[in-house]
This record gives sequence, C-alpha cells and structure tokens, in this order.
Amino acid sequence: MSLEKILDLRGVTKIFGDLPQEALSMLKAGASKTEVQKETGQVVGLNNVSLSVKRGEVFVVMGLSGSGKSTLIRHVNRLIDPTSGEVFVNGRDVLKMSLDELRTYRRTEVAMVFQNFGLLPHRDVIDNVAYGLEVRGTEKRERLETAQRWIETVGLAGYEKSRPHELSGGQQQRVGLARALAMDTGILLMDEAFSALDPLIRSGMQEQLLGLQKELHKTIFFITHDFNEAIRIGDRIAVLNDGELVQTGTPEEIILDPADEYVVDFVRDVNRARVIRVGAIMDKNQLAPCQAEVVENSSCEDVLPLFAHHEWVGVLDENGTRIGGISAKRVIAALARHQALMD
Amino acid sequence: MFPEIIDTRPLRRVVDDTLEWVVRYWGDGFEAAAYPLLVLLNSIERFLLSLPWWLIILVLAGGAFAATRRWVLPLVVIVSLIMLGLMELWEDAVKTMALMISATLTTMVFGLPLGVAMSRSLLLRRVLTPVLDLMQTLPSFVYLIPVVMIFGPGKVPALVATIVYAAPPLIRLTDLGIRLVEPDVLEAAQAFGVTPRQKLFGVQIPLALPTILAGVNQATMMALAMVVIASMIGAGGLGYQVLQGIGRLEVSRGLFAGLGIVVLAIIFDRITQSFGKRLQERIGLAGERI
Repeated sequence: MSLEKILDLRGVTKIFGDLPQEALSMLKAGASKTEVQKETGQVVGLNNVSLSVKRGEVFVVMGLSGSGKSTLIRHVNRLIDPTSGEVFVNGRDVLKMSLDELRTYRRTEVAMVFQNFGLLPHRDVIDNVAYGLEVRGTEKRERLETAQRWIETVGLAGYEKSRPHELSGGQQQRVGLARALAMDTGILLMDEAFSALDPLIRSGMQEQLLGLQKELHKTIFFITHDFNEAIRIGDRIAVLNDGELVQTGTPEEIILDPADEYVVDFVRDVNRARVIRVGAIMDKNQLAPCQAEVVENSSCEDVLPLFAHHEWVGVLDENGTRIGGISAKRVIAALARHQALMD
Repeated sequence: MFPEIIDTRPLRRVVDDTLEWVVRYWGDGFEAAAYPLLVLLNSIERFLLSLPWWLIILVLAGGAFAATRRWVLPLVVIVSLIMLGLMELWEDAVKTMALMISATLTTMVFGLPLGVAMSRSLLLRRVLTPVLDLMQTLPSFVYLIPVVMIFGPGKVPALVATIVYAAPPLIRLTDLGIRLVEPDVLEAAQAFGVTPRQKLFGVQIPLALPTILAGVNQATMMALAMVVIASMIGAGGLGYQVLQGIGRLEVSRGLFAGLGIVVLAIIFDRITQSFGKRLQERIGLAGERI
C-alpha cells in the first residue's frame, strides 16, 4: 500500500450568499465567521480547510450538523464549487476540469453513497445498482452481471427485482453501497451513509464496510456526526467545527490528545480501553523477555486481563518481532481521562 | 360615470384593423399551417368511424380494466356506451372523441416540451405563466371570434380553440412535476456523472410522470369541456346536438347529448387517472416506507 496523497484539499473556503468575494476578503483579513455573517449577511460554510487523504486509507470527517462536513465532501466530486481553494484528486485539479472532463471524472474515479440513499424509485434494485455503469455507457449484459455480483456481495441476493420502497432502510443503503462499489472507482465518498439507520443495522453496515475494505483497499472519504463511528472505521479522523478543521489524526491521537474543548466533548463518552491500542502507549525501551506477549494492534481491553499475573507484557509487531513492552501503570495512565501520555 | 380622459376609439380601430389585415394577408398562411391539424383530426375521425361499434366499446372496456384491475369501471363503460348508441348518439360521440383525442395529442406535442423548457428556465417561466393564466381565464368566446376570422368556420378553429383551452394545465403540471423531483435523487444522478439528457430522460421525466399524467388527464377534461362551444364554430359531434337542442327547445335532445358528454368525460377521466395512480404506486411515491 503506497502512501501517496490521492486526495488533497488546499485552503478550501465556501461562502453561501450573493456577495462571496466581500466575505472572503473579510475572512482573509482575519474576521470570524460570526463577524462576517453580521457584516455582510453571507454564511461561511467552510473556512480554509486543508487536508489530504492517502491511497487506501479510510479518512473520516467528523462534526456536528452545521459544521460543514456535507459541504466539504461535495467539493471532492464538485457537486459544490468552492469560493476559493484547490481540490486535487490523483494529482489533477478538479476545479479546472471542463464539464466533459468533470463527467468523465465522476463516472470513473469517484463514487458516492448518500445519507438519504438517493436511489431511483422507478427502477428495481438491479437496475439501481447498474445505474452508474449505465450512465458510463457499459453494455447491458456486462453491467447487469457486475450489478448481480455486487448485490450478492452486499447480501441482497433475491431482491434484484424489488423496488427501493419495498426495502428497509438498511437494505436500501446496501443498494446505495452496491451501486457505488459497482463503479469500481478508486475513491469512495460516503456522506453520513449510515446515519439514517438503526444502531444495530448501522454497526452491521460498519462491519460490512470494514470487511469489504480489507479486500478492496479503496480510498474512503467518510462523513459522520457520530464519533464512535469515526473511531471504529477511521484510519485517520479530521474533526470539523463550524466550518474549520480543529484536529486531524489517528483515533488514538485524538483520544489521547484532544485539541480543544470541542473535541474533548466528543472524546468524553468514548470507551477508551477499546480504542487505544497498546502500540500507541507502549514503552519502546522495554525489550526484556516477558512471559506474556500481545501484538501492537491489541486494545487496552485485550491486554488488561494479562496484568493479573504479569507486571510487564511484551508487545510484538505484525511479524512477531518484539518492539516494546507495556505495564498496567501505562495502561491506567492512558485510560485516565485528563492526562495525555505520548512518548 | 368615469370621465372620458382620452379617446380610445382609435385604439380599438387599430386592433380591429390589425386583425383584418392579418386575416387578409396571413389568413392563407395560417390555414396552411393548421392543415396538418385538420388531417390529424379527419384521419382519427375516419379511423374511429370505420371501426365497428362493439370494437370501440371492447377497447375502452379493456383499457378500463387494464387501468383499474377491477370489473366495476369496465361494466360502467359498456353499459353507458351501449346507452349512447341506443340514443342514436353513437356517431356524434365518436366525432367528439376524435376531437378530444386530436386536441389532447396536439396539446401533448406542444405542451410537454414547453413544460420541460419551463422547468429549466426561470425566465421562460416568468414569461409563460401570465400567458397561461390568460389562456385559462379569458372567456373562450373572446378568442373564438378572431380564430374563426383567421381560419374560417369549420373543424380547425374548433380544434385550435380547444387546444388553447386544454394546454395550460398540461404545461403547468409538466413544469411542476419536473421541479418537484426529489433533489436527493437528482444529486445522486449528478454524482454519477449524468449528461443533461440522461438526467432529463432517465430521472426527471420518469419521476415526474405521475404528475405529467395528471396534466394529460386535465387536458382531456378541458378538451371535453370545450366541445359544446367548439360545435358553435363547426366541430359537430355531441356538442352540436346540445346546441340544436337549445336552438329548437328540444330539452330531451340537449339532455341526452349532454349526458353523452358526461359519459365520455367519466370514462376518459377514470381511465387516465387510474393509470396515473398505478404508476405512482409502482414508483412508491404513494405510501412510501422510510
């Protein structure tokens, strides 16, 4: 897995209103969002957001409603044009594309899953899944075969001829997911894809997505307002507040070292023992032989029982090489809320 | 009394003279332009009259069954059409049907593209809306006179007047239907890189179809409502019988022909409406599960 930047947003600013330029120069002069809105009546949707996503990672943007996350994701496939800033995908400037190039880009490089599914109500499931391929101009037999395969992959076999309104919410979103996956694009955009679903179905879908990702290695740009969802599926998380990026990092980095009060509020309710992995808090100098050993991806929860009989537990990397050690003290320090421990 | 501030007689004269001028110099051109309409109407009429009566009844009853999947409407269709025939109104009813069908078809040919164009351009909507208002509210006699002057009495002015009256609801409902298509679905289509044509024919029109069908239904009803007035300028059919009944004070003739119009209205209204409803159910717009 190479770690090149596949998606690169640079200083993306979006202002809603009829006089965006005036508001933009105010923002650049350092005015706050509220000041701009008071002075010009323009609403700042995103303020100078820069982030980059590496190939093959699941990048989650987390924020409450109104934080601009849905606006942000729509910049990637240019459903929304920014007021200023640049959007690079695979090294190409999306904003400089002609209409024709943009259509080709949307048909071949990015696929999207929507919060409200966005299925075509007048088509049955298989034609919905094949829709993107049809738009692209794939021949009928081939697109139906591909659609059939993805319907089976997401577990909807037998529902090919059903109409979307005959399915439950979870099933409808599976159709949405299959439709996006059938496009076989490198990038998958998911806009609150699981937010409209019941908690149990939601976690089932999260699991399914992670399972698929293990085989597909897509670059997934995922939007959510649910911090637990973010830490569950995200390789990296960006926290968005009021149109501005507050913090970007791995789930552990954010939990162990929240950037401000806003992030702290989210982190408070997280089961830290389940999220923090021993690799992030181990003592790298502790290489003395231990009776018990765990891999670095294990969570604190996994390692806790071992401390009943051992003072130190060895930490191994994926290949089984010893890379450090961990003690009960270190785990407790990491789990304690108000203290950050990062060596 | 309202004071006479300016003399409006010259203005009236200008209007009258202009119409006269148009009739004298452009009348032939208008007639030639409307000739395809006459051909359409005549061929539909001739075709329907060439069919045996039982076949028409069978086809309409079959359409009613296909639309409702129940036996009530087809039975009503069969009984009421046989009654029409017994009242010696069969030929008139077929002529009226032909006028209504050709008016509806022509309305669709002009109305659907106009409605689509209106949904896409705010400017066009601003221009067309008052025109449509005018077409719907202006008493038909007001434009009937110039239309007759231009085309001469006969079937063509009757058809033109019927189209003027029947087109507004279809245009409006087509526009409305397309604008009411769920933005979520449109955005999804957009994200998959649809061309404007793919968006229109693959998403917007199919999803607006129930509303558009309601427009077609309205157009048929408006066309039937016009048949009596249209018969004054030479359309023939059931409307002519009503007119004769009034003229000769034959209440029975007027009443039976009037009831005949009602029968046709009910048949075509129920059939088109049921088709719309079934379509809506198929799409899942009615009683959607969330």
